[in-house]
Amino acid sequence: MIASLILVVSIAALLQFFISYCRAILAAYRKVEISAETREVTGIENAHVDGSEFQRLLQLVRLCPEAGDDGLEIRAVRTYYAILNAVRMFFRPVAPAVGSWVEQERASCAYFAAVALDRRIAHSREMMAQLAGRS
Amino acid sequence: MLGPVDYFLWFASAALELGVVLCAIWKRTFFRYFTLNLYMLAAFVGTLVRYFVLTSFGFSSPHYLYTYYYSDALLTICLYFALMGLFVHVFEEMGLARHVRVATLLLLGGTALFSYQVISGANDRMTDRFVVELSQNLYFVGLVVSYILAGSMMKVRETRLRLIQFVLSFGVYFSALAAFYAARNMFPVLLPYVRWLPALMGTLLPLAWIYAYTKVSEETRLATSHVAAVQHSK
Repeated sequence: MIASLILVVSIAALLQFFISYCRAILAAYRKVEISAETREVTGIENAHVDGSEFQRLLQLVRLCPEAGDDGLEIRAVRTYYAILNAVRMFFRPVAPAVGSWVEQERASCAYFAAVALDRRIAHSREMMAQLAGRS
Repeated sequence: MLGPVDYFLWFASAALELGVVLCAIWKRTFFRYFTLNLYMLAAFVGTLVRYFVLTSFGFSSPHYLYTYYYSDALLTICLYFALMGLFVHVFEEMGLARHVRVATLLLLGGTALFSYQVISGANDRMTDRFVVELSQNLYFVGLVVSYILAGSMMKVRETRLRLIQFVLSFGVYFSALAAFYAARNMFPVLLPYVRWLPALMGTLLPLAWIYAYTKVSEETRLATSHVAAVQHSK
């Protein structure tokens, strides 16, 4: 009885803590502006990035050489995005308010991916500049 | 018998635990988050001791079993002190640090006593059942304390991102392990399929702390309303 209660409460808390953790990462990335170069590459025109762009932006991120310090956050946000998609599928028809919240969060995930791409492009440029400097 | 995945997670967690301490020293925050770093040092030593016992006596030996569960219980107690340290950080400006320390110690004693009470009725193998029961209860109480801490941070509008990330990673860690031990108690047949979970969480927690130390500066601020899992309508 106690074990089953602990199991249910722990899973609910795990979900809530994980969502909060991901939102902390997203909120920190929200403060970063995307450079004009990355906007041009990705076709992003204003501060809002559509949630459906997340997968495409993540594919572009994967094409860039890894900076080696963003793996944890990318994995966490990718999982969060998958959770959001599941919530969207189940709740959008019955609760439109949840649907709009999910869209907002998906947009934050896409913005995160755009900033991650921006950082990796900057990292690649830095590496290229260093290589050019050596030769 | 341990496989390559188990060994990989084992060595990775040891390296990451040491990595947290080195990052804290590098960023000159070792004493600022002393209890967190002390826990990571203890976890690193615990990992080494477990490995030594494993190679000396074998995976199925009672020596390893006892070392594993007792070191786990001791490390969870260290985690309580780490959590207490975070409480002190959150409430330092309100002058409630002493009350927090007393409350945490009372909670710790109460949890151990409760676990002992639950098990004391059983006649066979009381001590090792006690440690499993104690682990489950310690992790669950850790989860509740993390939840209270996260709630308090929202209430006092804590804005230090690094502190927020420490608390949330604690919450994820405690809730995953409390769920693991509870599931293990309820469905022991599942153990071979999920036995790597504590080791995996043992790598994710130091990874999250390394991230917080290296990528989030002490000065970074964030509105807590952006973090709450359930956001109220604006």
